[in-house]
Amino acid sequence: MNVSHEWLRDFVPTGLSPREIRDLLTSRCATVEEMRPVRQDLRDIVIGRVVEAARHPESDHLWITKVDAGQGELLDVVCGAPNVTAGTSYPFAPVGATLPGGLKIEKRKIRGVVSNGMLCSARELLLSQQPTANSQQLLDEGILALETDASPGASFLETVGAGDTLLVVDVMPNRPDLLSHRGIAREVAAATGDPLQEFAGEPWQDVTGVTAPTTAQSATGKTGDVSVTIEDREGCERYAAVIIRGVKVAPSPEWLSRRLVAIGARPINNVVDATNYMLHGYGQPMHAFDLGKFGNRVIVRRAKAGEKLVTLDGVERTLRDSMTVIAGAERAEAIAGVIGGKGSEVTDATTDVLLEVAIFDPRRVRAARRALGISTDASYRFERHVDPESVPVLAAQAAALIASLTGGRVDGAGVDVHPAPRKRERVSVRPARAAALIGDPIPAEAMAGHLASVGFELLDNTDGVICTTVPSWRSDVTAEVDLIEEIARLHGYDRVSTDLRPFRLGESPDAPLWLVERKVREALVAEGLLEARPMPFVAEGKGTDIRVRNPLAENEAYLRNSILETLARRAEHNLGHMQGDVRLFEIGTVFARGEGERPDEKRHVAALIMGDRRPRHFTDSKPPQCDLWDAKWIAEVVALAAFGIDDLKFSMNEGSAGLTVSAGGRDIGLVTEVPLDAPAWAAPAFGIELDITNAAVPGVHRTVTRQLPVTPAVQVDLALVVPEELPAARIADTIRAHAGELLEKLELFDEFRGQGVAAGHRSLAWRLTFRHPDRTLRDKEIDARRAKLLKALEGELGVRQRTS
Amino acid sequence: MDLVKEAEQLEREGLERIAAATSRDELEAARTALLGRKSGRLTALLAELPKLSPEEKRAAGAALNRTKLLLEGRLGEREAELAAAARGQAAPLDVTMPSRPRWRGAKHPVTIIIEEVEQIFREIGFTVALGPEAETEWYNFTALNFPPDHPAMDMHDTLYLGDDMLLRTHTSPVQIRTLQTYGAPVRIIVPGNVYRRDFFDASHAPMFAQIEGLAVDEGVSFVDLKATLTHFAQRLFGETKTRFRPSYFPFTEPSAEMDVQCTICRGAGCATCKGSGWMEILGAGMVHPEVLSASGVDPERYTGWAFGMGPARMALARYGIPDIRTLYDSDVRFLQQFAR
Repeated sequence: MNVSHEWLRDFVPTGLSPREIRDLLTSRCATVEEMRPVRQDLRDIVIGRVVEAARHPESDHLWITKVDAGQGELLDVVCGAPNVTAGTSYPFAPVGATLPGGLKIEKRKIRGVVSNGMLCSARELLLSQQPTANSQQLLDEGILALETDASPGASFLETVGAGDTLLVVDVMPNRPDLLSHRGIAREVAAATGDPLQEFAGEPWQDVTGVTAPTTAQSATGKTGDVSVTIEDREGCERYAAVIIRGVKVAPSPEWLSRRLVAIGARPINNVVDATNYMLHGYGQPMHAFDLGKFGNRVIVRRAKAGEKLVTLDGVERTLRDSMTVIAGAERAEAIAGVIGGKGSEVTDATTDVLLEVAIFDPRRVRAARRALGISTDASYRFERHVDPESVPVLAAQAAALIASLTGGRVDGAGVDVHPAPRKRERVSVRPARAAALIGDPIPAEAMAGHLASVGFELLDNTDGVICTTVPSWRSDVTAEVDLIEEIARLHGYDRVSTDLRPFRLGESPDAPLWLVERKVREALVAEGLLEARPMPFVAEGKGTDIRVRNPLAENEAYLRNSILETLARRAEHNLGHMQGDVRLFEIGTVFARGEGERPDEKRHVAALIMGDRRPRHFTDSKPPQCDLWDAKWIAEVVALAAFGIDDLKFSMNEGSAGLTVSAGGRDIGLVTEVPLDAPAWAAPAFGIELDITNAAVPGVHRTVTRQLPVTPAVQVDLALVVPEELPAARIADTIRAHAGELLEKLELFDEFRGQGVAAGHRSLAWRLTFRHPDRTLRDKEIDARRAKLLKALEGELGVRQRTS
Repeated sequence: MDLVKEAEQLEREGLERIAAATSRDELEAARTALLGRKSGRLTALLAELPKLSPEEKRAAGAALNRTKLLLEGRLGEREAELAAAARGQAAPLDVTMPSRPRWRGAKHPVTIIIEEVEQIFREIGFTVALGPEAETEWYNFTALNFPPDHPAMDMHDTLYLGDDMLLRTHTSPVQIRTLQTYGAPVRIIVPGNVYRRDFFDASHAPMFAQIEGLAVDEGVSFVDLKATLTHFAQRLFGETKTRFRPSYFPFTEPSAEMDVQCTICRGAGCATCKGSGWMEILGAGMVHPEVLSASGVDPERYTGWAFGMGPARMALARYGIPDIRTLYDSDVRFLQQFAR
């Protein structure tokens, strides 16, 4: 909602500055997002102080002045005004400035003397009105002398101020009553105690004999020979029509166009401008039809499916039967509450006007607006609620305004078709409940006073309960808590105390999965990985069938079922920026088809690594590249952090290059090389993805440490020749099974293929560490174990020691 | 054999040999020859000891021991001399050369903010609750008191998965789920991703993180809301003024928004805060009675307050990031800047 400070003051004679009004509205009812002078075309003008003024030698009316414009040096400026006086400040347009109207100031010679800018008159600045602060206007009497303390060079707009200020108010959907200057003024008046003017005191000729239209408590009525019928009572609660004849359509007078321009609306003609003025001033959308084109029957009815209407914007619209239209005898002339039709538009040729002042159903208007894709100032207000009780008064006001502006005459009283007036809502509030919810003691009388200040009528107080009648413009207030909110905001949020009070712990424990995710994240960061939080959407065919019904783009219409897929695209993004060392991880949600409409959501951890295994150093200028074994380690890091296990099982994944990871007999993820759309210089990428959804096992940690040994260990190396198809894990299992309980540690420390090793075989070298808890092991014992182990390996796996 | 004399001779020759050693290897050879356990000369002399009379034994033992200590000491000294000489010959160490680096990991800036917020609320008794990202209309809107077909819905442009399944537009459904499961009192924060049907541009994203908070108990009031959130702001932003403004959310009433003093201009007014001097941080309010009822909590007995904030926006402000898409790009050059 754009609010003009001057217009606001038509409704409440407040002395508050725009800045004070901004702060008041923001703290009590709606945030003012922005505040700026309406006259943006004056932004180049600065304060210029004339230090010297001397007669121009070549002219009898020009002056050569020295002007201090805050630039550090005095400027020579030639001036033709009779009133230029040394020691006085004036609005000054420096070289490069643009004057209102578009004139650009340049350095130029005037009768042989260079002039660096221009001292301005009120007329040149298009200041038709007295600037607001400390200035004096000398229209046609030369340049504008300013009584200001502002230093030379300061912005004219910011220091002197000129004309109106625009306040942009962010009105929330529950407060449609603030969508007009009168509505905002009501809040200002409540805060300051200034009286609220029901009418703005517009400077138009009073039109005598205009009365409020006659209310007909039925679905039909007549004004003159024009009949009004509400057929669609669901879509239209109230419809007033007033006829103004003999109008002369012309541009609006200055005061009216100034009001509209100030809030960013475009003046069109005196009739349309009058309706716009009523909308922004009083919050009531109105529409003016050309009565000559409309005919004398006004029917408010449902649209017929497929019915066509060319709207004011020149577009032919196809209507739906869920919309309400204003129709003549033959065809629809307007879409109720949204937009008028081209066929009955007011033009320069119009002589008779049918003025519509109506209340349309919020949901109907909303549905029509969405279906048609046109939002107007009218639809915006109807969707939110318009005060139905203001209709007759504002209809008369608008009719008189139009008659006055156009030289027309209001023909008869008009008709106000209102089949079923509603009763005002009654809502009450318990002061004790309000005080408890706010948390500070506020006296009941103060609460009642706050409510009364914004239009709630106080009824008889029973049992200490404050009973109110809700004003007709406050459809949002229907329950006690709504009144408590009114009390709280009018009391002032800033006045509520801020002492931390005692609290009880809640019943809800920490989500175990959150704790797991934190541990996993810490572990991966410690491994030197960077956390990513990318978009989870993918294009079709990327492995998920969960589709967004109304996606914004087809390439992001599906939800992913793999994080690694997302990270692969992010790796390609990095390669595109010549970043070949990529180490990314994400902890995120993946989706799969579940039962019914609800997708099956899982929390996954994925990581992708590629490029150098460690950063380059002068001692290590070609570090090795990451490979599958690095990825496998990361999988183990995640598993240890998430599940507390370090004995993951890995197996070849049939049909793909990856490994399946399982824990406790359950597949929990994979380790794999990741195919990328990568440039030739890029290293291969490897990734892991583990499902940690079920990792969350809450409980107390029970790890017990081993005592550190006091006896020496003995190490035995075994180099074994192993057929290619025999996995190392089998050998390790066999060694463990036969080495006895004294085996402390088993390490695979070398893999070798080639000379001395038969084809189809490899040599695997293991280091076994034995230790007895109580004594030093004897050589004989070790030799015996080695022999037993070799025998078992040969017997069970056919594996022999390597002889070289 | 006169062991005392032998000891003296060993001492003389030994010192000569040690002094003559010019390398570590030579020195080691000398050590082995003189003191070696198997064939060292001192070891050989010690082996003669048992043959002597007790008196001779005492004198010889003392002499041999003196020789041993002397040679050992001298060996050590010579070793240090050789090491020092070796150092003197090597190229000087350039300590300005770079250290040997490792890859540094980093949390995402949005995570950093979430964890800081979590930490502050954890200290005052909040636990973390989670919920699904795909939600029903009821949990996302109806139970949260959204009027059907109302302009309030325009603030939540929704991505739908089915007739009654959507991607949650806020983390608030977890308020309902937690109250349904545990009842009051409840004191939770809810981090999570939410979705809106917004074009991905410099200031909007169709998916972003949110943190929700909820405290429900007997006697909870707007004072608790204001006090807790003010405390939170002071912890997260340091000494700062806060401001509470009226606002509107269907699921809270009274509703408010909290601002802190603009971190760029410190309240003076600048382009970032549109001249207001304030920065919007979060939305909050007293839980609407209809929401408590929908969650099976008696609104006459229990009251509560809730808040919601966007860690991504806070990350943009704190780290001076002009375009929200940077948070999603996963460019390693950006993410590395958050390594600590």
